[in-house]
Amino acid sequence: MTEINITGPGIYFEIPIFGGIRITQTVVSSLVVMVLLCTAGVLLGRNLKKRPGRMQVVTEKGVGMITSLVCDAMGAHNRHWTPYITALFLSSLLGSLIGMTGILRSTTADLSTTATWAVMTSVICWYQSIKNIGLGPWLKGYTEPIKVMTPMNIVSEFAQPVSLAFRHFGNVAGGGVITTMVYWALSGASAALLRLAGASWIGVVVTLGLAAVLFLVPRKGKKPGAFRKLLGILLAALAFFALLQMLGMLENVPFLQVGIPAVLSLYFDCFSGLIQAFVFSLLSMIYISNACPAPEEKTEPNS
Amino acid sequence: MELTEAIVKAACALGAGLCMGIGAIGPAIGEGNAVGKALEGMARQPESTNNLRLNMLIGCGVAETTGIYSLVIAILLLFVFK
Repeated sequence: MTEINITGPGIYFEIPIFGGIRITQTVVSSLVVMVLLCTAGVLLGRNLKKRPGRMQVVTEKGVGMITSLVCDAMGAHNRHWTPYITALFLSSLLGSLIGMTGILRSTTADLSTTATWAVMTSVICWYQSIKNIGLGPWLKGYTEPIKVMTPMNIVSEFAQPVSLAFRHFGNVAGGGVITTMVYWALSGASAALLRLAGASWIGVVVTLGLAAVLFLVPRKGKKPGAFRKLLGILLAALAFFALLQMLGMLENVPFLQVGIPAVLSLYFDCFSGLIQAFVFSLLSMIYISNACPAPEEKTEPNS
Repeated sequence: MELTEAIVKAACALGAGLCMGIGAIGPAIGEGNAVGKALEGMARQPESTNNLRLNMLIGCGVAETTGIYSLVIAILLLFVFK
């Protein structure tokens, strides 16, 4: 059985200035995501017409959806936060999905990426609070409601970006680790099955016979269904690779790794990436809107 | 030395197992509660299904946080400590 290697992002090379800037897999993936998003932005925003074509209609609908989401969650006075929230959401979504290509590593599978975004949101919240109510009242807010609560208030203020970053990173990176372990388990299982079926000619013939029976023999008068056909294909592949192993050509081909991890990837990459990007953006919206309350209505004196 | 390395490895394995095992109880119960209440609401008022579904997914995403903390600690114990 092969050894699995679960590590962080690999370092490609190191630029020897400022004490060494490391170019890792995450940096390369982030650059690819940035180039893709900027190209899409430039191409979709060019040649806007009063009678829009197809792409412009779709783009306008998308922008309208996100603007209405921001206005619903944060209030109409906070409409100017839409570009920040959109950038956060799209980088997070594309960064998680780009790990599905197989050659690039997801940007959000690295704690640096998510911690950066969480720190950005927190700094924005603190800056807006200080700008709206002043430095003194903001600092005094940590001693409310009683002075003894101050350390707990400070800890809970720091726990906000930590939990934001860790939730996103943990979901994406944990999904990657579980997928690697599934691949390892499937390669071990296929090696064991190949050893069982490829022990002698009898094993290969029996497996091929079982495959043929599953494929062709109708049960209760009906033709064999999809599940039996799938099992038949699996057994035929097992027989073929067992034959190759006996003749000494290809050894220990992990044939079980085709197809089963794809079903898992539907949950771990697509669904989890989408939900986590959405939750990150929504929580950022809620934190920022807490720091930017609605402006008071200025009443005109009526005299 | 052999014995100290063996004790460290054994402690890491035990810690990882306990961490993930106990840490998986809480989020599962919490998310089950959330989904149950959402389903009750959907059964009572089917036209609010979309709204309820969206809010339920967001709530499940936030409630899963502590389970993910346990997963990260368990992975750290298993694969990073020599």
